[in-house]
Amino acid sequence: MANHSIAHNVYVPYLEKKGILSWLLSTDHKRIGIMYLVSISFFFLVAGVIALLMRLELLTPAADFVQPHTYNVLFTLHGSLMVFFFVVPGLAASFGNFLIPLMIGAPDVAFPKLNLGSYWIYLLGTLIVLLALMKPADTGWTYYTPYSATTDTDVVLITLGVFVLGFSSILTGLNFIVTIHKMRAPGMTWHRLPLFIWASYATAVLQLLATPVVGITLLLLIAERTLGVGFFDPAKGGDPILFQNFFWFYSHPAVYIMIIPAMGVISEIIPVFARKPIFGYKAIAYSSLGIAFISFLVWAHHMFTSGISSLAATIFSFLTFLVAIPTAIKVFNWTATLYKGSIHLHSSMLYALGFIFLFTIGGLTGLFLGALAADIHLHDTYFVVAHMHYVMIGGTVMGFFGALHFWYPKWFGKMFNEMVAKIAWFLVFVGFNVTFFPQFFLGVQGMPRRYATYPAEFESLMSLSTYGSWILGLGVLIMTVNLIAGLFNGEKAPQNPYNSLSLEWQVPSPPPHENFDEIPHVTDWTYGYGKKKEPEA
Amino acid sequence: MATDTHTEEHITGNRTYIIVWIVLMILTAITVYVSYIHFGIFNIVVAMGVASIKASIVALYFMHLKFEDSITWVFALFPLSLLGLLIGMTILDTFTRVVVP
Amino acid sequence: MERPSVEHSHVHHMDPAVEYSSSKFGMWLFLGTEILLFGGLFAAYAIFRAKYPEMFFEQHKELNREMGAVNTCILIFSSLTMAMGVTAIKRGKQKLTAILLLVTIICGLGFGVVKYFEYGAKFAHHIYPDTSIFFSLYFMMTGLHMLHVFIGLVILAVMLVLTLKGKFTSKYNTPIEVGGLYWHLVDLIWIYLFPLLYLIG
Repeated sequence: MANHSIAHNVYVPYLEKKGILSWLLSTDHKRIGIMYLVSISFFFLVAGVIALLMRLELLTPAADFVQPHTYNVLFTLHGSLMVFFFVVPGLAASFGNFLIPLMIGAPDVAFPKLNLGSYWIYLLGTLIVLLALMKPADTGWTYYTPYSATTDTDVVLITLGVFVLGFSSILTGLNFIVTIHKMRAPGMTWHRLPLFIWASYATAVLQLLATPVVGITLLLLIAERTLGVGFFDPAKGGDPILFQNFFWFYSHPAVYIMIIPAMGVISEIIPVFARKPIFGYKAIAYSSLGIAFISFLVWAHHMFTSGISSLAATIFSFLTFLVAIPTAIKVFNWTATLYKGSIHLHSSMLYALGFIFLFTIGGLTGLFLGALAADIHLHDTYFVVAHMHYVMIGGTVMGFFGALHFWYPKWFGKMFNEMVAKIAWFLVFVGFNVTFFPQFFLGVQGMPRRYATYPAEFESLMSLSTYGSWILGLGVLIMTVNLIAGLFNGEKAPQNPYNSLSLEWQVPSPPPHENFDEIPHVTDWTYGYGKKKEPEA
Repeated sequence: MATDTHTEEHITGNRTYIIVWIVLMILTAITVYVSYIHFGIFNIVVAMGVASIKASIVALYFMHLKFEDSITWVFALFPLSLLGLLIGMTILDTFTRVVVP
Repeated sequence: MERPSVEHSHVHHMDPAVEYSSSKFGMWLFLGTEILLFGGLFAAYAIFRAKYPEMFFEQHKELNREMGAVNTCILIFSSLTMAMGVTAIKRGKQKLTAILLLVTIICGLGFGVVKYFEYGAKFAHHIYPDTSIFFSLYFMMTGLHMLHVFIGLVILAVMLVLTLKGKFTSKYNTPIEVGGLYWHLVDLIWIYLFPLLYLIG
């Protein structure tokens, strides 16, 4: 691709400056990306520990470790932190920030100050939620009315925190859309963009246009509790299901805010380690937009048993199946890229393969739940818990870990221990399946979710799931220690350890401020591995 | 730098603005006047129709949407279609429910 | 590639033409977000109005149609002066721009004053957000709109100060144009709120 000489500028890596203020006041997209990475990882670990505590309670049928109320608080915190503080900002904000300007050949995002502002708003949201921990809510992360309007726990603060976070998400999405439209290097046409950029673009559109609806919904919930507004209160002529309609109008697209960037990551990792051009570039690119669009049309499939009309339920059930099409297109194309490739099993590639395997299970079980008749039986059972964790951990978290291992040398200029990383991957993969696969059976047998206790007949599967969570936890612990140790003891990373063709690998590791000495001129697409050149437009 | 950036600044003259303003005032007068007459369902249709004309004029002229590129149009209109979807499907659900007494 | 007034230290990575079109495009994206933020309220309005048409008809009589109409005129006029302000600065007339911005701000304040009296009258009649669904909608919609008026006024005030300091010229005036877009949105939303709340037939 482009040639880079470090002739007129002295190379100063972006990590050079020290001191907390040099971080909190930095408008460098790479530093902002790191701040997001640290923040979301912190919440991931905290919410993960909470999950381990819940599983510990579920080791035995009786409520012997925590009482039911504490358990309710725990699952509310686990859900709220994981969803709003980890997966939603997650890959999109951390890797999006770090990679988008580098991949499109730009010195920074379109609005660097706004970008820093988004991070401050994120911090403000986290502070509000930490305050909310004084009297934590017990509503579940969905804050359904009428319970959330009447419980005496502190729903207002936690929803206010999520409301503030929403603005961070909106402004980040806005920034990325403008960046991708206006800041591409010369020659970086839409059909030469790395697929991670297409994924980030689709995600950003969702962040921009779905988030405001949850914003107003939570604002109305706060008004319901503070001003006595009655939109969701049947006693005042309101409608509690309206809350659910509004909530899922955001929160279903939010599922794709979480998963599409991970799909983008997989599309980057696989061609590099299969040493083949990505198969079906345009199909993958446009399927990202397709998923984003369809995700707006399916929200009520979360509400089949809430009392919505059967006509609406039938329409939404039908529309739900449409999501399977662009998703399957992606999976087929990744698999076709692997076919006859010379595959190198780098730790990030292992996570990518894990993603394809687990996400496919998660996606297919989603179809069971999207089917109206099956959902009546499976709704609010452990089947839903298993499905959503197969998508969220098997999909998003696998993609996140894959991205961490793949771009680690670029971010930090260091290498981690590859052998330890592979062991950690193995534990994560096995532990995850042992934890969540039994939950499909529990769900089909009728075990409802959100209870601290359960009948003795479920004990064997339940404790198996808890043992699995320990393996998973150990895997994540080893991975975390390995990555942190790499920062201190790792070897120095070369500029392009995997021989990747993408622009971010054509600058030093770690990249300098402003990324490129000269804005590169792009003459080819990113996936020309082997002999193949760019496909005819 | 980027390939899809060739925006030329468009300056609208004050004459156009004043004509637009007069039209807006006339439309406001119409909508207030009509509200005193009872057409039943047509009141809301007229009111929303006039409001939409006014909003379009504001967007096209005051906000220069008329002179913007196609991508701006896409992002100006797509949220409106989502709004229509939100309202439409929520209404569909609310008014086709079977209420069990 | 030189820029008339470089007070932002970090913008030099963008060509001025790109910066101009990016800022405008960014504001349009933000306006889309704003429309959907109000969207929840519009959807709630549609549903409850269809459910309780009589309640809406009876209770809207409590609202002061004349005050609503006056405020509509004020906001539309402020949109006019805002638009003319953008034209003025593009022609390099800094003084005229400042005057037009000032008129726009005065209109915005006037809108707030009228709204203050309206709210006062409602509270005097013991009408609050929890009085009924209709008044919940009234207070939430106009309240959220009022919040946007305040934010718009702050933006306009900053623009006015910067204009008086001579920061904007015929070559560099992006913030005024982009701030103007935001102010027009405030007008746009009121164009719908006025008939929906005050003019129910």
